[in-house]
Amino acid sequence: MELRFDPDRCIACDSYACLVKCQYLNYDFESAREERIKIAKGEYSRVLEECKTCYACEEYCPYDNHPFYRIVELQEQYGINLAPKPISKQLVKMYAAKEKDLAAIREVGSKALSLCLFPDLKDNVKSKLFEGLPVIMGRQVFCNLVYLHFANMSVIKERARQTIENIRKYGVDELVCFHDECYGFFNSYARAYGIDVPFKTVHLYEYLYNWLKENEDRIRKLNVKVAYQRNCSNRLSPETDRMLDKVFELIGVERAEREYDRENGICCGAVFQMWGEYELAEEVQKKNVEDMVKSGARFAVFNCPMCYVALAERTAKAGLMPILVSDLCRLAVGEMPKIPGRG
Amino acid sequence: MYEELKAIVGEENVSKEPEELYIYSSDPGTMPPVKPDYVVMPKTTEEVQKIVLLANKHKVPVVPMGGALSLSGLVRPLKGGIVVDMKRMDRIIEVNERARYAVIEAGVSEGKLKAYLDKRYPSLRISTPDAPPIASVTANALIHGSGRLSQIYGFHSEMVNGMEVVLPTGEVCRVGSCSVSPYWFSRSPLPDLAGLFIGWFGRTGIVTKLGIKLFPKHRYRDVMIFVTENPSYVSDVIWRVAHTEMAEDITVWAQPKPEWAEGFQHTTIYVTADSEEELEFKEKIIRNALMDYIKQKEGGFLYLTPGMKAMFLQEPMSQLVRFADVRKGGGFEYVGAILPVDLFDVAYQKGLEIVERLGVDWAFSIRIIGRSHCMMFAYAYPFNRADEEDVERARKALHETNKAVLEMGGIPWKAEVPAQQLILESMDEGARRLIKRVIEMLDPNGIMNPGNWEVE
Repeated sequence: MELRFDPDRCIACDSYACLVKCQYLNYDFESAREERIKIAKGEYSRVLEECKTCYACEEYCPYDNHPFYRIVELQEQYGINLAPKPISKQLVKMYAAKEKDLAAIREVGSKALSLCLFPDLKDNVKSKLFEGLPVIMGRQVFCNLVYLHFANMSVIKERARQTIENIRKYGVDELVCFHDECYGFFNSYARAYGIDVPFKTVHLYEYLYNWLKENEDRIRKLNVKVAYQRNCSNRLSPETDRMLDKVFELIGVERAEREYDRENGICCGAVFQMWGEYELAEEVQKKNVEDMVKSGARFAVFNCPMCYVALAERTAKAGLMPILVSDLCRLAVGEMPKIPGRG
Repeated sequence: MYEELKAIVGEENVSKEPEELYIYSSDPGTMPPVKPDYVVMPKTTEEVQKIVLLANKHKVPVVPMGGALSLSGLVRPLKGGIVVDMKRMDRIIEVNERARYAVIEAGVSEGKLKAYLDKRYPSLRISTPDAPPIASVTANALIHGSGRLSQIYGFHSEMVNGMEVVLPTGEVCRVGSCSVSPYWFSRSPLPDLAGLFIGWFGRTGIVTKLGIKLFPKHRYRDVMIFVTENPSYVSDVIWRVAHTEMAEDITVWAQPKPEWAEGFQHTTIYVTADSEEELEFKEKIIRNALMDYIKQKEGGFLYLTPGMKAMFLQEPMSQLVRFADVRKGGGFEYVGAILPVDLFDVAYQKGLEIVERLGVDWAFSIRIIGRSHCMMFAYAYPFNRADEEDVERARKALHETNKAVLEMGGIPWKAEVPAQQLILESMDEGARRLIKRVIEMLDPNGIMNPGNWEVE
């Protein structure tokens, strides 16, 4: 399973966008040029140690050449430990599909909603928005992309085909992906590694847009301003970010213009906490939430459940109301969503 | 005798029915059942006194019983006689909020006292053991139990301020400050007679009332779990965290199930505070104390979601009860080795060697007692009581573990009778003789829970 990465294209690139646009690395043009060449040639580069795994270079690359996947492969090749070793190893064991997970697979019909590995969300999708859509979740459908944060490409590769096969066994022709990471797995990662996906995947935003469009008469515009936390894995499908704008428009939500959104989005800090980089986590969370507050938003809106866990309390203390995108849509159709994980 | 017991406690509080005697013949551990002749449930100290006098008259053994949750068969009547179930003596007599102590009857359960304090004295708490809520506060203290505040304040026996005791000869006496004063505030500065009744497994009298220390209950409570994959790091991790004096409780767990836990040691650190700022400050100090391990990538904190935190913050943790029945069939026992923390690695390796050789299910669960003064290293072996081979495997594992613990310099806690004998064999001859003399002096008729701490 080879990454479709063209080193020549990378060497010929004169934008160095992958490095100079990075939110975390502060390289001048000359340094960026040197490090980019090393990465293209598969040599050791300081980028491998300094990368914060925000996925953004996947979006910045003008040639769709997968610089981030390349970096992660090299991190693993050069034995870079981003996180404490026991944390990385335990995480790999924790989310491996077990026999009992595989035994839970049943045909559910042609269309299903994947909640990935977030059982805490099961009450949040008990909604007319998802009516008639069977929910599948668990380690057997887990996309494993989280290991991109842990310099562990091999475990993703090892499990990729089996995950796809497991989902196929549910009998679905169309899979709605609640989490960006799953959608990114099927549409970016699978493509980058030449893995065939035998079913159609739909991003949550596209699904929400279509549902809301069909049920426009049921929408009561919210007329609120929100600060959106764009998560790392949305970088793998940047086109869906524009779909979110359309969803917001339908439900009467203004997406606040702020420093750390869209291409300049920054991390929620959860991964840095897992790595033990507490000061960085604090710095990123602080400036992110301050920026949200400064934008004048009333809601802090998340799609990634991990971002929600990492930032919900902090945003609430700052006076914002933390909420998931899907729950915001539920508000617009007169439903009262529940706090994720609290039933 | 049955008629005489009926006259003391009333007909409904005495039994000689086989089905009821059966219940009192064993606990969930591996020790074989031994049936009592009678079970009584007294309501007052006077009734206890009368029962003891009656037992002396007939030279019949008396075995006091709290929650019967020692798991090591300590309240089995080894020589028959009367089991005195203390559960009806469950009054919370006094809470002195300012002096932070409670006076309770011996049958008060951990759950009852905790609920009572939560409702009426929300700024006070007890040190809860990781036992079911029906565990007895008094019995737990008398067997040197430990719990959620032991890292700061030591064994629960060290939290005892005083007690009322019915001696084996039937006299009632008080020890501690309550022997002089109306206040149950301390065992000091008097001769410490409490030692005559703590750790003796009911061999020296029946404690009917207990004065127990209470502690501040803070508004905020959080949990952090530090994961390592090398048991030789753990004693240093504990030492560093204890040194900060920022942790309220430190436990370590290592077990092969769920699979993701196998091979790792999880040092669980509980932090409490009265403000968010204080909590953040304490957690930062603890993280910094372990930063060398984090930077060297040898250890790190598990990222806990709110759901995971809620599970670890339960008091006691329901997960532990689930583990206890993992084999189904209701069998569970452990060797609680009291050891210096420095022996963690040796104790861990020895435990692995035993479980691998004997093929038993296992979990290691360790609580730090004092500022890493020592630890209670529990080698837990669940088993199916309906499967005699399984019981025998667990029994063998327990016996070998007890021996190994003594060899490495530790002492099995709440030891079952065979382990008591192992301890006595290793004990200083002078101490052995003293134990014998104390028992003979206090219990001339040898009626109090005979068979325990039996020195030949």
